[in-house]
Amino acid sequence: MKEVYNRILSVVGNVITVRAEGVSYEELAEVTTSRTKTLAQVIKIDNDIVSLQVFAGSKGVSTHDEVRFLGHPMQVAYSENLLGRIFDGSGQPRDKGPALTENMVEIAGPSVNPAKRIIPNRMIRTNIPMIDVFNSLVVSQKLPIFSVSGEPYNELLARIALQAEVDMIILGGIGLKFDEYMYFRDELEKGGALNRSVFFVHTASDPVVEGLMVPDLSLAIAEHFALDGKDVLVLLTDMTNFADALKEIAITMEQVPSNRGYPGDLYSQLAARYEKAVDFEDAGSITILAVTTMPGDDVTHPIPDNTGYITEGQFYLRNGRIEPFGSLSRLKQQVNNKTRKDHRAIMDGMIQLYAQYLETEEKRAMGFRMSDWDKKLLKYGKLFEARMMNLKVNISLEEALDNGWAILAECFMPEETAFRTDLVKEFWPKAEEKEDDQKEEDAKKEESEET
Amino acid sequence: MSEKILGEITSINGNMISVRFKGNIVQNEVGYVILGDERLKSEVIKIKDDLAFMQVYELTKGIKIGDPVEFTHEMLSVQLGPGVLSRVYDGLQNPLNALAEKYGFFLPRGVVLDAVDLEKRWTFSPSVKKGDVVYRGMSLGSVPEGIFDHKIMVPFNFYDEYTVESIVQNGDYKVTDEVAVLTDSRGEKHSVIMLFEWPVKVPIDAYTQKLIPREPMSTRVRIVDTFFPVNKGGTYCIPGPFGAGKTVLQQLTSRYADVDIVIIAACGERAGEVVETLREFPKLEDPRTGKTLMERTVIICNTSSMPVAAREASVYTAATIGEYYRQMGLDVLILADSTSRWAQAMREVSGRLEEIPGEEAFPAYLESRIAEFYERAGYVELPDGTFGSLTIGGTVSPAGGNFEEPVTQATLKVVGAFHGLSRARSDARRYPAIDPLDSWSKYKGIIPAEKVEEAHDVLRRGNEVHQMMMVVGEEGTSLDDFVVYLKSEFLDSVYLQQDGFDPVDASCSSERQLYVFEKIHNILMDTYTFSSKEEARKFFNVLRQLVIDWNYIPMEKDEFKTQEKEIENHLKKVRTKKSAA
Ligand SMILES: Nc1ncnc2c1ncn2[C@@H]1O[C@H](COP(=O)(O)OP(=O)(O)OP(=O)(O)O)[C@@H](O)[C@H]1O
Ligand SMILES: [Mg+2]
Repeated sequence: MKEVYNRILSVVGNVITVRAEGVSYEELAEVTTSRTKTLAQVIKIDNDIVSLQVFAGSKGVSTHDEVRFLGHPMQVAYSENLLGRIFDGSGQPRDKGPALTENMVEIAGPSVNPAKRIIPNRMIRTNIPMIDVFNSLVVSQKLPIFSVSGEPYNELLARIALQAEVDMIILGGIGLKFDEYMYFRDELEKGGALNRSVFFVHTASDPVVEGLMVPDLSLAIAEHFALDGKDVLVLLTDMTNFADALKEIAITMEQVPSNRGYPGDLYSQLAARYEKAVDFEDAGSITILAVTTMPGDDVTHPIPDNTGYITEGQFYLRNGRIEPFGSLSRLKQQVNNKTRKDHRAIMDGMIQLYAQYLETEEKRAMGFRMSDWDKKLLKYGKLFEARMMNLKVNISLEEALDNGWAILAECFMPEETAFRTDLVKEFWPKAEEKEDDQKEEDAKKEESEET
Repeated sequence: MSEKILGEITSINGNMISVRFKGNIVQNEVGYVILGDERLKSEVIKIKDDLAFMQVYELTKGIKIGDPVEFTHEMLSVQLGPGVLSRVYDGLQNPLNALAEKYGFFLPRGVVLDAVDLEKRWTFSPSVKKGDVVYRGMSLGSVPEGIFDHKIMVPFNFYDEYTVESIVQNGDYKVTDEVAVLTDSRGEKHSVIMLFEWPVKVPIDAYTQKLIPREPMSTRVRIVDTFFPVNKGGTYCIPGPFGAGKTVLQQLTSRYADVDIVIIAACGERAGEVVETLREFPKLEDPRTGKTLMERTVIICNTSSMPVAAREASVYTAATIGEYYRQMGLDVLILADSTSRWAQAMREVSGRLEEIPGEEAFPAYLESRIAEFYERAGYVELPDGTFGSLTIGGTVSPAGGNFEEPVTQATLKVVGAFHGLSRARSDARRYPAIDPLDSWSKYKGIIPAEKVEEAHDVLRRGNEVHQMMMVVGEEGTSLDDFVVYLKSEFLDSVYLQQDGFDPVDASCSSERQLYVFEKIHNILMDTYTFSSKEEARKFFNVLRQLVIDWNYIPMEKDEFKTQEKEIENHLKKVRTKKSAA
């Protein structure tokens, strides 16, 4: 049995120190205060001075509180019994069910050997054109929704989760508001997915540090299910709260901040979590969809910035729509060559034209006269926003592609769109009269030019 | 060697430990934390009194105060010899496939496997005879390794002059078999095997002299080869915000670059990106040799969730292996993605050592480390009079996509070419998103510089017109200016942009670039008279369409010529009009 220490040397932020021996790095301890029992983790050892971060926060910790080392790092129970259950940020039941103590497994385990990963190749269909056509989601992808607070990101997350054909859903809530947490529960229940879901929920009213464990708990469970052959979807919302908790600890530990107060290892910390997304050779997979709210709507803020460098793209949610710019799926090319042969061309071509539309829109707003070409672009932009970008649109990929050609044909002549001729021949909607008219006109023009 | 020095851990902070030792130790030597069966590789990075500060190349979970550390007196080294090619290693040269076979899905902690197969037999042919005089880096013979003659050289740490005492006959040998005995100037004999070790942080300098790079290295990316070329033995960097296309550009280069060997250093980036390479290269044919691409590739893979200290080492591991193959007279290319992750690894270590931080908390020695790394590239003359080259291309991932940050700035000071990716271009799907107005190269390319300069000038003027149009509108722009703008847009869409995922367009040979550029250049230099902007736009729209279609046709097909005719015909329309006017 481990020794109990009851002399806390210092309390700074949410970090306490004790004098102890035989403690190992990242070991877990239980701190018993007059109010409650809480877990703490060893984050630094200097000779016999051990620093621990206290999950429930240091509020109310007294210098003579009891610290008992548990002899192991953070663990979580792994079994089928997890399904349908709701836990808090330290893995304790938040629902009325019993605590699970059997088959404890390590969290934040080692990396997957890259040689045991396979190239992701299964598309997740969401019936949202801005995703399916322009930025296809793929099994084992790690992808955050970038957004300012107030946008319907949790709705989007829930919609994709229910649409995706996965075996299980794990929700990791970090700093989640109570009504958001209830929303997820209700949606998954309505969608009949609750009994294949596990929740690790840290709410906004819980101690900040407790949220730090949520991604690791969620992903450790996901990893075990995936090794058992399951396709697991992990939802992490909101990772900005996670990063802010990291920052708080770093400042307490007097680490030199690198950028706007965030620690220099923010990238590695976030990557350690996101890189758990995987498609295993001969086993299941983990897909991670996260939410990263952008402080001040600034994508260059260290949190979205570091996240963007780690994840395999992002969906940029703004004004209730997934923006074509800034949004990206880096795995789309693994799947969009197997859908329909016009998929890639529509994907790139329509965005290029939309970029031109935005420029024209800017010119229009400044009061410039609109040329014929500008007018075409304006029409195009409006149609694109209404029939593709609107999140209410709920159609299959194929319908969306057809939609795309229809929009193009309504606005442009084929050669104005820079699409490859072979695709134009096959997919451009046939509107005989219109084409003939144009040919006649061209012929006339050439005649008059000749003379 | 003296007896083993042991130490005892006195503090643990992340991947940094301090160790109390007795006796003598060496800066940068390797030590092992002994944790039961696990031996955690670590490196001494600071010594103060009786304390050694060491970075641990593995997760430090579970380490205790008082745990023993065994010092080795050896600096962090890699194994060099036949069998390194086609391998996939972690940052410390652990072979990942062998680890997967032995340990399954996850990377085990504290195990070290041999970097090359010790059992395999190689067919050795000697190239020296008894009595010959040899120096370090000179060839004693060779074995075939894939498509290359792998030279078995006098180990680089043999600093004397040697006489060949004996050399084995033609035959099959293991890498650990003795192939030669050399006698040094004092008459002492040294046994030579095919395998030897070299410390990664020490550049291999067994060449006669370093020369200025002068031969273009074709990447088959038009904007690179034509506008911002790289030379064999040169250095270049690709900074860009996330998602702008750094990795895709490097992946394309790893396939098509006209070099003998490519070393991919996946440094602190996504594992998934390496998986693409390591799963596909064994299946893809190298057009130059007809063999698979894997046969000319080495992958050093220390992705973002793998231990940070090993990430710091990984670029040096890549450089050392690159220098080794260069020493055989080969052209080697290192693609490091991303050097910013390496710099961040230095920053993490520096922070834990509580060094005085510089800008954005990077250590003060950041600049010199970056310079030293790129300095390992070079075009060199070897002892046998042949030449070899090591080219280094590194991506940079600047915080916030802002190039005014320490890593980008330090890199720009030392490299020979700068391929800056712009967010605006990648947002508009103008790939590869290399900004043609910002980027530069000091190297000579395949196309005469004046012509490139003229084309570049069209881009610059077109951009000016574009900027102006944003202020005064299209109607406030003269027709002549408007045509300049259309020309620059045309050049951008049909030449600068390139479809990286189309089998034909993705790889544009030098021959094709010379041919197509000539045509494009003529179009740009021609003067046109249009009656209206609409007419001009229409003309260039059709022209653009024709040339884009042309880009997708293989050069050796008949359709290539037919399409060229069509382009000519379209051009004739305005030319005849011109003479009529
Ligand atoms: N040449 C290209 N052709 C077509 N698409 C491209 C090209 N380059 C990049 N892309 C698209 O952009 C995505 C991101 O590219 P890439 O992964 O190379 O970015 P990156 O600059 O390496 O980003 P990070 O810094 O986050 O690693 C790709 O997945 C692809 O969809
Ligand atoms: Mg990249």
